[in-house]
Amino acid sequence: MNINTHNSHIVTGFEYHAPTSVEEAVKLLREYGGEASALAGGTDLIVRMKDGSHRPRHVVNLKKIPGLAGIEETKEGISIGALTRIRDLEKSELVGKRLPVLQEAARTIGSVQIRNLATLGGNLCNASPSADTAVALLAYDAVAHVTGPGGERTVPLDGFFKGPGATALERGEILTGVSVPKPAKNTVGRWLRVARASMDIATISLAVTVRLKEGVAEDSRFAWGTVAPTPMRTKDVEAYVRGRKLDQACIEKAAGLASRSIKPRESGRSRGPYKRRVAYGFVVEALTSIAEAQK
Amino acid sequence: MKIQLTVNGAKRGFDVEPNTLLLNLLRDEMSLTGTKYGCGIGECGACTVLMDGEAVLACMILAVDADGRRVDTIEGLAEGSEPHPIQQAYLDEGAVQCGYCTPGFIMSTKALLDENPSPTEAEIREYLNGNLCRCTGYVNIVKAVQRAAEAMR
Repeated sequence: MNINTHNSHIVTGFEYHAPTSVEEAVKLLREYGGEASALAGGTDLIVRMKDGSHRPRHVVNLKKIPGLAGIEETKEGISIGALTRIRDLEKSELVGKRLPVLQEAARTIGSVQIRNLATLGGNLCNASPSADTAVALLAYDAVAHVTGPGGERTVPLDGFFKGPGATALERGEILTGVSVPKPAKNTVGRWLRVARASMDIATISLAVTVRLKEGVAEDSRFAWGTVAPTPMRTKDVEAYVRGRKLDQACIEKAAGLASRSIKPRESGRSRGPYKRRVAYGFVVEALTSIAEAQK
Repeated sequence: MKIQLTVNGAKRGFDVEPNTLLLNLLRDEMSLTGTKYGCGIGECGACTVLMDGEAVLACMILAVDADGRRVDTIEGLAEGSEPHPIQQAYLDEGAVQCGYCTPGFIMSTKALLDENPSPTEAEIREYLNGNLCRCTGYVNIVKAVQRAAEAMR
C-alpha cells in the first residue's frame, strides 16, 4: 500500500512489534537495543521519524500491554502508569486534589489533540529539558519504576534524566510508571511557565511545592524546566528556604539564589541572561502568592 | 497487517503497512479527503479526527493503532444533504475562508461541545488552540462555536 508521497514528512519503514506483556517488551528491546524505539503516544517519536532525525529499524509499540495506564491512590501515595495520557492527568480528580502542580503542568502541554495521544511515560522518557510533567513530578519527589532484563528497580526521578534525550534506562529497560509519596496536608504548590505562544514548548518553567506551617517553610522543592540540559532542582534554594519565614527578605534572597543556580546555555544564541531574570521573578511570584495564600 | 476499524459508523477492514498513518488510510484508501494534511508534525490541527469520540491528529497515529477503534471524520457529520449544526454555524458566521483548516476546526468543535455544551469564550479558545487558521482569523470561528453550542443545546 502506498503512503502519501506528496507528504514532505514520511515515516520511514520499520519492523513493527506489539508486545502484550512487559516481559515481552523487555525481551524485544534488549534484543534490538539501539535499533529499536519504544512507542507510546507517538507525539515525539513519530515527528522525529518524519523529519528523519530518528530512523529506528524496529518500533516496539507498548500500548498493547495491559495495566500500564491509570492513576491510583495507594497507602504510600499516588501511582501513575507510564501509559497514562496527559489528558487523563488533566481530567483526574485525584491528581487535582493531591498533585495540583502536576495537573497544571499537564494542562500546559501542546493542544487537546496532542494531550489525547501523549503519555506521561513518553514525556519522561523523551527526556526533553523542558518536559513539563517531569518538572512538576520533581517537585513532588516522584520515583520512576523501571523493568528490564534484570527485573524491576526504582530510580528517583531526580536521577532519571541524564541529558537532552538521555535517561537512566539501560538497554532493554522500560519505564512502567511513577509513584509519588503522599504530599503532606500543608503542602502548597505553584506552576509557572513562560512560552512564546500557548502551544509552544516552555522557554522556562518552575514547579514549586512548599510545606508551610504558620508562614514558615518546613520544606520545599524548586524544580525547573529548560534551564539546564535536564529538568533540575535548585537544592541550594531549598536548603536556604528551609525553616524560614516567607517574608520579603527571604523571598528576595531565594530568588537571587535561584537566578544564579540555574544552568542555562551560555554560548551561541543563549537566552541565559533573560532566563535568570525570569527565574528571579518566578520565585518572587510563587513564594509571594504561597505566603499570601496562607494568610 | 490486518486491522479493523469503524469509520463514520461503517466497519472496515484493511491490510496496512506498519508505517501507514491513519491520515493516509483515510485519504488514500478510503478517499475521505476532507481530513487535511497540513504540517504533518502535530502543530496545525488540519488532520483532526475523532477517535473513540476524542479529538486526535490523524497525521501522528499509525494506522495499526486505530485497530478496533471508532474513527469519525468530517464526512460523517452531515445527515444526507443536511449540514450538521456546527457546519451550519461556521457558514452562518463566515468562519470559513479558504476552508483548508475548517474540517479540523469543526471536528475539534464537535469534541468540545460533546464534552462541554456551554463553553465560555476562554474555554473555546483554549480548546481550539491546536487548530491554526491562516486566513479567516479566530473571531468568527469563536462566534461559530458559540452559535453551534446554542443550536445544539
